[in-house]
Amino acid sequence: MHIPDGYLGPATSGVMYVLMLPVWISASKMAKKTLKAKQVPLLAIGAAFSFVIMMFNVPIPGGTTGHAVGAVLVAILLGPWAACIAVTVALVVQALLFGDGGITAIGANCFNMAFIEVFAGYYIYKLISGKSATASGRRVIVAGIAGYIGINIASLSAAIMFGIQPLLHRAADGQSLYCPYGLGVAIPAMLGEHMLVFGWVEAIVTALVVKYLQKQDPTLLEAVEEVSR
Amino acid sequence: MKTITKLWIGIGVLIVLSPLGLLLPERFKAGDAWGEWGVDTFKELVGYIPQGLAKLSSLWSAPIPDYAFKGWAEKPLANLSFAYIISAMIGIVVCISIVFLLGKLLIKKSSREK
Repeated sequence: MHIPDGYLGPATSGVMYVLMLPVWISASKMAKKTLKAKQVPLLAIGAAFSFVIMMFNVPIPGGTTGHAVGAVLVAILLGPWAACIAVTVALVVQALLFGDGGITAIGANCFNMAFIEVFAGYYIYKLISGKSATASGRRVIVAGIAGYIGINIASLSAAIMFGIQPLLHRAADGQSLYCPYGLGVAIPAMLGEHMLVFGWVEAIVTALVVKYLQKQDPTLLEAVEEVSR
Repeated sequence: MKTITKLWIGIGVLIVLSPLGLLLPERFKAGDAWGEWGVDTFKELVGYIPQGLAKLSSLWSAPIPDYAFKGWAEKPLANLSFAYIISAMIGIVVCISIVFLLGKLLIKKSSREK
């Protein structure tokens, strides 16, 4: 889901940077207000986890690859604003050091994975968990559902960015200047593969880690609820 | 053992296992992720190379492109797996450093003492 340089025209990449700017500003304001020094190591683990889990490319035999993002899990542990910071750090490092995702597309990629996925996943988790106990089996399932829906919404958002390029930018001879595939190709391809395969990877990763933490240290799963209130 | 220590160990395990993300796609003959093809692939995909895409695609030259050392693209998988692990370590150290730096900048002294 890392959009490379050149797939999006300047209009789309520019708008995405402009949209992300207030999100990043709010995230740092929230961090200033609520983040405590003892939570910084957990934030670092969140960024490290998101970074490394995205390296686990999962193959569709004979087809394409994709990967989990871990953004919903980080949001469940740290709250959406801190998770936005953690995933942004991972995405920026991936783009600058490893060329994974374009530098012109950092705004777009952060919009999809550090904003849309984080917030959608987090609020789905909050909403469906309701008042269930932190250590309940329901929370494990809900974490999986939130991971699944979160990454799929992100992939849909990426697909729309890809898909509007042929509408926005064409050369005089009718050839596309940037991503050549329209919405009719991009949405079924991106959303399809995430609904069939990569969404389940995200769901399993999210649910398993929540289950582990319920046993190991449920206070970690409660900490955010205090912060976000 | 503190949970946070266990989580760090978990990150370490993921670093060691990370070459799976390289080897499994190779084993199952899976290609690039959708929308992450190299410029030349477009010739096969749509019959032409989008002009704007070609121009922008070479904008940034990453120091460790695709988690492999420069000039290693044709090396055997064992070497690429090694580069993948080193990349994971470098990436994570940089992520951690940035987060701690942000923590220093964002957290006020008063709350740091708590």
